[in-house]
Amino acid sequence: MTPVNRYIGSPVERVEDLRFLRGRGEYVGDLTRDGLLHAAILRSPVAHGRIRALDAQPALALAGVHAVITAADIGSGADKVPKIPLRLQTSPATEPFRQPVIAEGRLRYVGEPIAVVLADSAALAEDGVDAIAFDIEQLPPVADRHISGRHEILLFEAAGSNLAMQFTALRGDADAAFAAADYTRRGRFASQRHTALPLEPRGLLAEWDAQAGRLTVSGAAKVPFFNRRALAQMIGLAESAIDLIENDVGGGFGARGEFYPEDFLIPFAARHVGRPVMWIEDRREHLIAMNHARQMDCEVEIACRRDGTILGLRGDIFVDLGAYIRTNGLTAPRNVAQFFSGPYRIPNIRLTSSALVTNKTPTGTYRAPGRCEGSFFCERLIELAAKDLGIDPVEMRRRNLIADAEMPYPLAQVEPGDLYAETECDSGDYAHTLDRCLAEFGWTEKRKLNGRLIDGRYHGVAIACFIEGGGAGPKELARLELERDGSVTVSVGSAAVGQGLETIIAQIAADGLGLSLDQVRVLHGSTTLLADGYGSFHSRSTVLGGSAVWQGAALLLDKIKNAAAARLGCAAAEIEVTEGQAGLRDGPSVALAELAGDRLIADAVFENHHKHTYAYGSAAAHVAVDPGTGHVELIDYLVVEDVGRIVNPLTLHGQVIGATVQGLGGAFMEELVYDANGQLLSGNLADYLIPTATDFPTIRAIALEHRPSPTNPLGVKGAGEGGIIPVGGLMANAVAAALSSFGAEPNELPLSPPRVWQLINPPSS
Amino acid sequence: VGAGERLMRVAFTVNGKPAEVEVEPRTSLADCLRDRLRLTGTHLGCEHGVCGACTVILDGAAVRSCLMLAVQAEGSRIVTVEGLSRDDGLTPLQTAFKKHHALQCGFCTPGMLTTAHALLTEEPDADADRIRMVLSGNLCRCTGYIPIVEAVLEARAAYRAAPASPHPNPPPPAGEGGPRTASATENPPPQAGEGRVGAGSGAP
Repeated sequence: MTPVNRYIGSPVERVEDLRFLRGRGEYVGDLTRDGLLHAAILRSPVAHGRIRALDAQPALALAGVHAVITAADIGSGADKVPKIPLRLQTSPATEPFRQPVIAEGRLRYVGEPIAVVLADSAALAEDGVDAIAFDIEQLPPVADRHISGRHEILLFEAAGSNLAMQFTALRGDADAAFAAADYTRRGRFASQRHTALPLEPRGLLAEWDAQAGRLTVSGAAKVPFFNRRALAQMIGLAESAIDLIENDVGGGFGARGEFYPEDFLIPFAARHVGRPVMWIEDRREHLIAMNHARQMDCEVEIACRRDGTILGLRGDIFVDLGAYIRTNGLTAPRNVAQFFSGPYRIPNIRLTSSALVTNKTPTGTYRAPGRCEGSFFCERLIELAAKDLGIDPVEMRRRNLIADAEMPYPLAQVEPGDLYAETECDSGDYAHTLDRCLAEFGWTEKRKLNGRLIDGRYHGVAIACFIEGGGAGPKELARLELERDGSVTVSVGSAAVGQGLETIIAQIAADGLGLSLDQVRVLHGSTTLLADGYGSFHSRSTVLGGSAVWQGAALLLDKIKNAAAARLGCAAAEIEVTEGQAGLRDGPSVALAELAGDRLIADAVFENHHKHTYAYGSAAAHVAVDPGTGHVELIDYLVVEDVGRIVNPLTLHGQVIGATVQGLGGAFMEELVYDANGQLLSGNLADYLIPTATDFPTIRAIALEHRPSPTNPLGVKGAGEGGIIPVGGLMANAVAAALSSFGAEPNELPLSPPRVWQLINPPSS
Repeated sequence: VGAGERLMRVAFTVNGKPAEVEVEPRTSLADCLRDRLRLTGTHLGCEHGVCGACTVILDGAAVRSCLMLAVQAEGSRIVTVEGLSRDDGLTPLQTAFKKHHALQCGFCTPGMLTTAHALLTEEPDADADRIRMVLSGNLCRCTGYIPIVEAVLEARAAYRAAPASPHPNPPPPAGEGGPRTASATENPPPQAGEGRVGAGSGAP
C-alpha cells in the first residue's frame, strides 16, 4: 500500500489541542451525575500497626454523610477482602505480598485505606473521615531496605521473609570473566525514592445500574481492559457487566491507570449504596497513595581489559519496594537487572536484584522503570573505570557500544522468566548517535572546560549512551468503520494518557486510507469500543496500536475498493481512493459516503509476542557548580535519539524534552523523604519539588530515523521514555567532572545542593 | 450543608456573564467555578496554591482560585480559560500554544494560558527570563516548559499590536481580561432580578 498523504513524518498540530486550549477537555473530575455522592478515604496515619477499634458512627451521625465502608462491609473473615492481582511478573511466589483493597486490621504504610466515607459533597465526606474514631496499636516500622533485609520484623508473617522477589540477569560466565580480567572495580550507587506525579490527581466515577446489573466506571487510564478483568474477578461480576471509560487523562508516566485499591473501592461503594460515587484524589493523598518509584541501591563490579574493553558485570541491586507488590511493582526490579548494561556490549553478566518490602507506599513503574536506575549505575561505573584506566570517557563508551553489524543483539536473560526473559536489540547504529551528539554538542571545545573555575563556578561536561525498550506485546486491536458521512472512525485498544495518541493514530489511519486528517475520528481506551485491548505502557501505543490501525486501514481500503468495484462494474484493483471518492482514474467514481450503507468495517489485530523495539541515543551535558551553595546549573543539554521512524516530529520532540526535564527533576530535586517512623516528610508540592520553568531552560533534542525497527510494518520504535533514561548518570558524571579537583564522586541521587556541597566539603574525619 | 454551615450568597461576573450562587463560606472559588457554575476548564492540581492549574484572572490579576474563597470574589470580574476565546476561535496565545506543542495532557494548560494572558496584557514586551519567572509559578509535568515559553514569546506580538486595547486579537468577551488599570471596582449594572449582595466589596 502506498501512502497517499504522508501525514506520517509531518509535524501535524495535535487534534486534541482545540478542546484543551478552550477549557473543554473532559477529565474525570469534570463529570457529574444526578444523585452523585462523593467519596473520601480514611488512610492509615501510621507506617506499621494494627487496627484495634474502628467506629464509623460519629461520621454517620453527620448531616450529609450517607455511608461508611470498611473491610467488614467488603468481606467478613480474613481472606474475604480481595487482593489486587499483579499485571506483570506474575507468579505464585508473589501471593503473600499482594495488597488487600482495604486494610483488614494490619496497616503497612502511611496512606493505606481504612474506610471510605460517602457524602453529599467532597468536603462533607472529608468531614466524615475526620469524625471516624479509631484506635491503632503501633508496631515497629521497617523503615528501609536494610532493616527489611534483617527479616527481624516481618511485614507478612505468612511469607516468612521480607524478600518479595529476586531476579537475576545472566549472560556468559561472569565469575570466569572477572577471574581473567586485567582490571576490576567495585562501585556503590543509590537512586532515591520519587514518583511520576502526573499533574491531574487520580479520580473515578462509578455508576451501578441495579436493574441491568451493570457497572460503569469512568476515569480509567493506561490499561482499562486488564483493569476490567481484575475488577470483574474481585467484585464478582462478569466482565461483560462492566465498562471502563477513558476520559481525558492528565498525564500518566507509568503510575496512573494501574489497578489501585480505589479502583475496587469506588465501584464497590457505588454498588453498595446504589448511587453514583465520585472520588477525586487530593495532592497529599496522591503522594502517599499512588505508586512511588526508583528507590534502589547497588553494589556492583565491572571487569575490563586494560584497553577499556568491558568483559563483565556482576553484583547486587536492592530495591526498596514499599509495603506490597502492586500490579507492576516488580517491573523496575526486573528491568534494572536486564537493562543495566544498556547499549554496551558486555559479554558476561550476573546481576541479582532483590526486592524487599518496607513500611512505605508501594512502588510501581515510573517512565523507564529500572532503566533509569540501571543507566545511572552503569554510566557511573563506566566513568570510574575509564578514569582508573586513563581512557577518555568517550572512547571508553565507543569501544563498548554494540555495533550495527551485531544486530539483533541479545541482552542478558532474566530469571525467573517472563514473556521477555530473552530480548534482543532490534536494530541500530549506536555509534552514529554518539558521533552526532558529540558534534552537535561541540564536545571537543566544551570538554576543555572540565574542572575549570570560571566566575566562581566549576564547569564540567559528560556524555552518556542509552537504549530505550518499547513496543511490548502481546498484541493490540483496532477497528475502522466507514461512516455515513464518508469519514472513518478508528477505535484502538491503546490508551491516551496525554501523549497525543489521537493525533498519532489519526495520522497513521489517514495515510493508510488516503483520507484527510479531519475525515478520521479516533476513539481509544474504553472497554466499550473493542472486544479487547492492551493499553499504553512500555512505549507501545504507536508501535502496537499504530501497527494495528495501519493493518486495519489496509483491510478497510480493500473493502472500500471491492464495494466501489461492485457499484461501478470494474475490478477492485482498478479503484483508487482519493478525496472522499472511490473510483477509476479519470473515470466514474462513487462517494465514500454512499458506500457506508454497506457497513464497511475492518477489524485488525497486530500481534507481536516477543519482540521489543529499541530506540537508542546519546546525550551530553554541560554543568556549572557553585561551590558556595552546591547548586548545579545546567548550561547545555543535548540528546540525540534514533527512533526508527518518526510519525510526528512535533509530539516526539515534546516527549523527549518533557522526559528529559522529568529526569532532571529526579537527578536534582525530587525526593520522597521518609523519617525513621515511616512518615512521609515531603508530602505536598511545596516540599516535593519538581522542575519549574526557570530550572532547565536549555535542552536540545535531535531525532533521527536511520534504523527502522524490523518488528512492525511502520518501522517505528517506542519513543516516550528514552529522554529520561540517561539523565541521572549524565548529571552525576558532569558534576564529577566539574568537581574533579575535589575528588568528588557523586554516587547518590538526587544531586541536591546540600549533597553537592558535601562533595566539595566532605565531613572532616 | 455541613453542621452549622450557613449558605452565603455571592455574585460576580464570569466571562462577561453575571453569576450568582449560594455557597458555604468555606467553598473555594475554584470549587464554586467548577462545581456550581460547571466551568470545569479551571483545574485543581494541588489545592494549596503551588501548581497554578486553577489560575483565573480576577479583576485583571492572575490569581489561584484554590486559595480564594468564593465569597471573596463578591463583585469581581473573573475570566476563566473558557472566556479567553470567543466561540470556536483561538486567540493568538492559544494558537501559539498549538503551534509550539506547548501542551500534552492539557491539565496545566488553563492555568498557563490565564497566567500568560495576564502577563502579556500588562507586559507585552516581557522577555524570555521574565516569562519564565512568571510561569515558574505554574507546574507542568509533560512539556518541560520550553515550548510553553516559546509560545508565549511568539504571542507577544498580538498583545503589542493593539496597545490601547486590553485584549489581543480576537478579543475575549467584552469587559473581560483587561488589565488592572481597567477599574477593578467597576461593576456591570445588575441584571433585573439579580439581587446582588454587597456589590463592589469583597474582592481581595
